[in-house]
Amino acid sequence: MSAGLTETPAGRWLALGPALLVIGVFMLVPLGIMVTISFMEPNVYGGVHRQFSPSAYVQFLYQRDFDDNLVFNPGYLYILGRSLGLAGLATLICFVAGFPVAWYIVRRPPHQRNVLIFLVTIPFWTNLLIRAYAWIIILGRDGVIDTPLRWLGVMGPEASNGILYTNWAILIGLVYTYLPLMILPIYASLERLDFRLFEAASDLYSNKWASMRHVVIPLALPGIFAGVILVFVPALGDFISAQLLGGSRRLMLGNLVQLQFSTARNWPFGAAVAVILLLFVVASMAAYLRLNRKTGLELSK
Amino acid sequence: MSAETTSPPAPHLAKRSARRRRAFQLGEFRGLTLWVGAVLVFLYFPICVLVIYSFNESRFAMNWTGFSTDWYGRALANRAARTAALNSVIVATCATAMATVIATAAALVLARRNQFRGKTAAIGLMSLPILVPEIVTAIATLIFFSTLGIRLGLGNLIIAHTVFSIPFAFMPIRARLQGMDMSLEAAARDLYATPWQSFRLVTLPLLAPGIMAGAMLAFVISLDDFIISLMVADAGSTTLPVYIFSMIRFGITPEINAISTMLFAASVSLVTVYWLLSRPRR
Repeated sequence: MSAGLTETPAGRWLALGPALLVIGVFMLVPLGIMVTISFMEPNVYGGVHRQFSPSAYVQFLYQRDFDDNLVFNPGYLYILGRSLGLAGLATLICFVAGFPVAWYIVRRPPHQRNVLIFLVTIPFWTNLLIRAYAWIIILGRDGVIDTPLRWLGVMGPEASNGILYTNWAILIGLVYTYLPLMILPIYASLERLDFRLFEAASDLYSNKWASMRHVVIPLALPGIFAGVILVFVPALGDFISAQLLGGSRRLMLGNLVQLQFSTARNWPFGAAVAVILLLFVVASMAAYLRLNRKTGLELSK
Repeated sequence: MSAETTSPPAPHLAKRSARRRRAFQLGEFRGLTLWVGAVLVFLYFPICVLVIYSFNESRFAMNWTGFSTDWYGRALANRAARTAALNSVIVATCATAMATVIATAAALVLARRNQFRGKTAAIGLMSLPILVPEIVTAIATLIFFSTLGIRLGLGNLIIAHTVFSIPFAFMPIRARLQGMDMSLEAAARDLYATPWQSFRLVTLPLLAPGIMAGAMLAFVISLDDFIISLMVADAGSTTLPVYIFSMIRFGITPEINAISTMLFAASVSLVTVYWLLSRPRR
């Protein structure tokens, strides 16, 4: 390809400029300011004192007692643990539920595949808030699940909120929100899979579960890794599921961050929690890239 | 498509489809269809409940007393909801217009099979808004605007939404460009078209479905965005999802269901258009 509008260096940077400028100025710079603020002292009015202090990070692990001594406080670590645990569990459930769906869709005729994929993506494009809200109606007191159970006598009248406002409710919300993000990349990698390999394994007297384990899953690993990262990362930073389905006491990292910028008015601490969240995201991404490169090399051998 | 299925298949195709069928039977797992059905029910059950209960007569969302469309009337007459919806549409329209233009220009450079210094970094920067958790983007933007004292009302939201929508507009446009026959551009140049002419008369018309698809996606993303709007919007520039959130906090009513159902219908229509536009031609 020779000279076009975007082929010369000048044209290239002119075309690329606005995107890089907008994301650079309104995303990269704000993230930089956020990291800086996480190393400052909070101001009672919701602002910050402009001097270096690691106190926000210290606050994540310790609190001050009456004598102004630092005492280990695991409260925030529990929130981190809950976020990691729920995101991990949601990822696992999404994989177990989603892989068979991707497998099923791939084996339909092409026109059916498109429709099925469309059906899977529709809920994903629905407003996050509306999706969580729908689960409040389903899980809550006098809800669609609660009422029949009560009527059948499975649950006594004293069971106040069913499973709404529990970790289970958050988990359901997370799985519901991110399931399509697991199915789509697995589908994409299964679509490229050569089914003759599955056939060959069967010809060699492998039973289908073994063929699945030793032939299909290893070849679908890039899609599986992509699905895992696409579910785990946003689930870890989720705000809405815990906010609406977890009640006010079961926070995840996202809620902790949000609280510091609304009621608690502690910007440095909120920024520090956001930085910690971001570090976990970067670590997951790094692990993903590493794994992907490794399996990519193995597959190309 | 129908012609394909009715005409008798050529012998080699028949052989191939028989072989394919055998492969399909080999991959049959008992209960698979049931499993897939259960997952689809799981995905659609909440949406169905939401829609059904929006037609509930009772003022308590969970207590079904009879069919009624009153709540839609009430939702449409709700002035605060209408203002919020208008804000949402204004923000989404402006953000979509800017994000789509910006993303198209970037895709024209990044989708080609060329290498230049900084290409990987540029692609990385382009996908940053997707990689960073939304709550982090939200507070970083909040800190940025408030530290610099930028108070543009809806303008703040439009900027934040533009940044967030760029990668979503970018993806379908890049996909379209990568699937395009580049020899047409070369042909235009061989026929002495100026670069600008070949772009306007050849590239742009071919790219149009991708640009439309990207714009649809950006619009839906902006319309549905909640967390960034919640943190960045000031009192006067509430968007519809933020308004719904404030309503939920006061208890759930069929009116919320009615508003949510309408927002859901809007998103689904847009995504359907996107799907039809981005479907590969057969």
